[in-house]
Amino acid sequence: MARLLYFGRLADATGTPLETIDLPASIADTSALRQWIDAEHGSSGALLENTVRLAINNEIASEPAPVSNADEIAFMPPVGGG
Amino acid sequence: MITLSDTSFDPGAALADFTARAEGAGAIVSFTGLVRPDARTGAVNTLTLQAYSPMTERGIKAAVSEAETRWPLNASMVIHRVGDMAPGEPIVFVATASAHRRAAFEGADFLMDYLKTEAVFWKKETGPTGSTWIEPRDEDYADSARWADTQG
Repeated sequence: MARLLYFGRLADATGTPLETIDLPASIADTSALRQWIDAEHGSSGALLENTVRLAINNEIASEPAPVSNADEIAFMPPVGGG
Repeated sequence: MITLSDTSFDPGAALADFTARAEGAGAIVSFTGLVRPDARTGAVNTLTLQAYSPMTERGIKAAVSEAETRWPLNASMVIHRVGDMAPGEPIVFVATASAHRRAAFEGADFLMDYLKTEAVFWKKETGPTGSTWIEPRDEDYADSARWADTQG
């Protein structure tokens, strides 16, 4: 099971701050994941934005990057500091 | 020393702790940031900060290491709130200790610029008309960028 986290406004776009989900076998990289999960949640492209960065297992990903069903994957809007 | 706290903290007590630890320093600078009662979107009843651990702490640790490389600091301390805060509550506390004041002032200023612009936080303001997630401002980047000129 993959653990998906949605920070900031992305939790509003998906309706949840985090979910544990089985990734379909066809989802092998961040690009496919973005397309699939954005459609799953009806997020209207919020998860496809270039300014939204992905972190895989707490490290910022250089995309496209491979994803696996055991990863923690975070969708991060631009950070605004404290 | 870096702390992310989901409950309110006392900046006076933090400074007393820090002063006790900063043995041998000739100068201590501290900065406390408070939640403002108003913002770009109007009145604010609640400010919410989200962090992503341990990425957020890792970034702050790297900024502290950089400050300690650039300036001769004996000690430094960062406390940052996460979660829901009310106006007037402390949101951030930074303290630096050095032999002389200049390094302490500049080290603290550098750390605050990092915390205000690059630190891994997401910020939401909630007021009478609802909630808004706040995205970065250009002037915040300008504050942080000015440190690039002091390199070398």
